[in-house]
Amino acid sequence: MVQLTLPKNSKITEGKTWPHPADAKHEREFRVYRWNQEDGNNPRVDTYYVDTDDCGPMVLDALIWIKSKIDPTLTFRRSCREGVCGSCAMNIDGMNTLACTRGMDEIGGTVRIYPLPHMPVIKDLVPDLTQFYAQYASIEPWLKTDTPTPQKEWRQSKEDREKLDGLYECILCACCTTSCPSYWWNGDRYLGPAALLQAERWLVDSRDEATGERLDYLEDPFRLYRCHTILNCSKTCPKGLNPAKAIADIKKTMVERQV
Amino acid sequence: MADTKGPVARPLSPHLQIYKPTLTMTMSIAHRITGAALYFGTLLLAWWLIAAASGSTTYSNFHWFMQSLVGKLVLFGYTWALLHHMLGGIRHLIWDTGRGFGPVEREWLAMATLVGSIGLTLLLWIFGYLMAGGA
Repeated sequence: MVQLTLPKNSKITEGKTWPHPADAKHEREFRVYRWNQEDGNNPRVDTYYVDTDDCGPMVLDALIWIKSKIDPTLTFRRSCREGVCGSCAMNIDGMNTLACTRGMDEIGGTVRIYPLPHMPVIKDLVPDLTQFYAQYASIEPWLKTDTPTPQKEWRQSKEDREKLDGLYECILCACCTTSCPSYWWNGDRYLGPAALLQAERWLVDSRDEATGERLDYLEDPFRLYRCHTILNCSKTCPKGLNPAKAIADIKKTMVERQV
Repeated sequence: MADTKGPVARPLSPHLQIYKPTLTMTMSIAHRITGAALYFGTLLLAWWLIAAASGSTTYSNFHWFMQSLVGKLVLFGYTWALLHHMLGGIRHLIWDTGRGFGPVEREWLAMATLVGSIGLTLLLWIFGYLMAGGA
């Protein structure tokens, strides 16, 4: 359902302004979303000042700096710090991206950080991705075959392997899915760009023998056809993939199998 | 045994409030709004046809309204909505073929919808006034 405003318990209040770092020559202001289930309050936005001479260049470096030097309670996910794991996906400067690959110099003025949009918040910048993963599982992202398993591996020509380029690189960070207004309003029934990009990845896999079955699952006014080509997904993908194109290709395959 | 608490009422993270509007997103919502506006525009069209069929008194009422500033503004808005929705439809047709999804093309298509609809509306009105002036 479309609800343009935030529910009462989600309205954001002005939070704490933390002290400036001592002797900092160059500072950067950070405004960060905070919520903690234990204090019973509404979410708030805290203000931090980061000493950029004492800190790495990426937004993730600044978050880690804040956590180590100013406020150890600040909570966020992170792991690889090189855009491979997808853990530090969050909304930075109004766009979803990975904190580890977004440079502070790419953002003008104050750096504003929120969790991935329209998701239940577990704590601070950590959203609950349970539904997102369940939707990914629902497209059955594994090789499905009827023919007997070959003695060695399932063979694939170079040309067929190339069809997976631009699809297999997805790291499931959820930036695209949570950037999609259609997913915001109908995320309980619409699969969202990330799951659909993965669906396409298995549809075009030359070794997979469940194409018809996969298309049957997707042929639904909500699961697939809630995509209205808003294209926030393709614009926001930190890996430069094109979920909107993948979804359009699924829709095309849907038509082609009718004729 | 540890105390068990009920389910946590988790807040919903902000969405429209914080997301930086993109051009394609704006054109998508504009397509939806113009589409809705066309329902009312069609009423206008129906009024015109009924008025024309009902005789000179009814038609002069319609004519009076369309001559007024409000009437002209409504008609201008309807023209724009119609053209914008038409160009948006063409853009969707192109996307339905799987083309025009590249980072440059998609922005270009969205911008073309906007510039094209405003340009065509102005052209149509200038042309209309020239025709009316000539008659």
